[in-house]
Amino acid sequence: MKIVVAIKQVPSLADEVELNAEGTNLDFDAVDFVLNEWDEQAIEQAVLVKEAGSGAVTVIGVDATGELDGVLHTALAKGADAVAKVAGEFEPGLTSHAQARLLSSAIIDMAPDLVLTGVQAPDDLDGQLGPMLAALMDLPYVGVVNSVQVSGRTATVHKEYAGGLMAEFSVQLPAVIGIQAASQPPRYAPVSKVRQLAKTATIEEIETAEDELESGLSVRSMTRPVSVGHADMIAGDAKAVAGRIIAILNERGLI
Amino acid sequence: MPQPIEQQKVIQDKVKEHEHLVVEGMDISGHWNRMFGQRAIFDYDPDNLAKVATLQGGESLEWCYGCAKCTAVCPVDIVGDYSPRKIHRKTQLGIDLFTSEDLWLCTTCRNCLRVCPKEVDMIQIMPAVREQAVLAGNVPAELQKAFEDTAKFGNPLGQAQRKRDAWTKDAGTPVPIMSTIKRPVDVLWYVGSYTSYHPRGIDAARAAARIFAALGVDYGILGKEEKDDGDSQRLAGEKGLFEMLAESNIAAFNNYEWQTMVVTGPHEYNAFKNEYPKLGFDRPVQHYTQFLAEHLDQLRPLLKHEVKARVTFHDPCYLGRHNGEYDAPRALLQAIPGVELVEMGRCRENGYCCGGGGGGMWLDSFTAKHTSMRLSERRVREAAEYEAEILAVSCPFEVSRFEDAAKSTGNDTLKVRDILELLDLSLRG
Repeated sequence: MKIVVAIKQVPSLADEVELNAEGTNLDFDAVDFVLNEWDEQAIEQAVLVKEAGSGAVTVIGVDATGELDGVLHTALAKGADAVAKVAGEFEPGLTSHAQARLLSSAIIDMAPDLVLTGVQAPDDLDGQLGPMLAALMDLPYVGVVNSVQVSGRTATVHKEYAGGLMAEFSVQLPAVIGIQAASQPPRYAPVSKVRQLAKTATIEEIETAEDELESGLSVRSMTRPVSVGHADMIAGDAKAVAGRIIAILNERGLI
Repeated sequence: MPQPIEQQKVIQDKVKEHEHLVVEGMDISGHWNRMFGQRAIFDYDPDNLAKVATLQGGESLEWCYGCAKCTAVCPVDIVGDYSPRKIHRKTQLGIDLFTSEDLWLCTTCRNCLRVCPKEVDMIQIMPAVREQAVLAGNVPAELQKAFEDTAKFGNPLGQAQRKRDAWTKDAGTPVPIMSTIKRPVDVLWYVGSYTSYHPRGIDAARAAARIFAALGVDYGILGKEEKDDGDSQRLAGEKGLFEMLAESNIAAFNNYEWQTMVVTGPHEYNAFKNEYPKLGFDRPVQHYTQFLAEHLDQLRPLLKHEVKARVTFHDPCYLGRHNGEYDAPRALLQAIPGVELVEMGRCRENGYCCGGGGGGMWLDSFTAKHTSMRLSERRVREAAEYEAEILAVSCPFEVSRFEDAAKSTGNDTLKVRDILELLDLSLRG
């Protein structure tokens, strides 16, 4: 049972994000990169599948930041058996098309039984990466999944729908699954362990033959949302606040 | 003069040993003494003790000879059933410390080491064993959350790094940030996580900024470049996290020119004075009480307003026992007009522990399962017994711990104030 998890780094939203001078993308020199949180769920789900049965987990990503190694060492500390990166002259902000091409050509060679990836990412809220990976590898895809169980050549997955509905799918393997959430919260990788692994672990570097990395789309302008309304904070003691609320309700003709 | 008995030779063939002896019809057998037989210790499997002792830092647990002096002073034993001697004995009897809940109760307060004739050093043993537990994934959930938040956000409160200097806005005085002022300063003030983010910690930060301004101190802070010192995470077993934070902080410290570092917290003081030098950072550092006590001649005339109160002082473990500073905080308190300083029974070298050290800050619910009351609750009760109106502190962990404890024990009238807040009050009225 060979499980492959495709991951990527995204700009950290814990810090203020800056736009580049052209106003067409983020200023990637001014942001920190972190592992996409849905990919973190995908790694956890992969390790859980391995622990429930047998197999080996390989975590793979495209090193577009020069900082992917730390993420891969963390994946090893969480229970991945091997890690790999697609190496090359990449810039941060690779489109999902480019990610999918680079990752799929590397993953096909691994002959996986199960491919997991985060169902979406802050820079891919429409969740394109998973379906594109599946299409490029000619495999079935199920997304928005929050549990995966494997028995023989079949995976049983739970897919979330709106309104709290859930469906159970049986998927013939190999397949690509887009993970919304692992069946339990991602485990903690002690930094001590990550640092130990950073000294000893081997990261397989995969050279790519892909040269068609354009998505065919270009961003004309990226801006911050314009706020169209705001909340009024009413200051003062309870009596003053209550008085003001009554006045506002009167003004609006609500009482 | 006959020779002293220990120098006299035993004439072997004239000595006979009997386990039981009846002489002239009288049984004169002595009481059985376990020294005659094999020592009970050999009945136990020494493996668990050896497992601890083979760790770097874990060696001294084996040195314990069970005198129990530590049990008498252990702050956890006073509210629970835990002390180094008990740990040693339990481990001898087969308990695996690596998976035992006892592993997380020590606050590394250092009172046991102070009295231990064998120098059994829990400050080394606990981090060494905890590190193995952390690597194996055996960590109480709330502590793990603090580790995760520290790794992710650079502080155990899980607050955004970009908000680390947000407190400066309402300090009432400009707070110079090194990356903005771009010039050398006399004092690099390391503010610390709880002082930067915790709603009550911020009060001490703002007070310090106003005091520094009043004294005309040429200082700067690191602002968003500052991260948690990581010392308590190290003591709680996450050495790698400590090293990661230390590397980041040391790079930030070395980025600027300054003469002395002043820190708000005793844990940070301990980190920069005793632990960061092992990683290559060895510069002068002072706790704020030491820095201000040195400037008392300039400070005293500024303390114009009376703070009329009966005040008692809680010695922080990491300022007092760990680093030997007992006088500076007291000198500051005594300089405030109106303050009547009273000492609690457990003070100075034998000061009680607030429970926040060694990771205890992030093990509140866990520890509560093993103790009859929180250590902080025991301490505020002591302060109340001495009829103190204000419990003065000088560690950012303590303000919130003791304020909560004062409420939960019904001692609401006891105010908890950082010495910085009291000085600021006297300064401004």
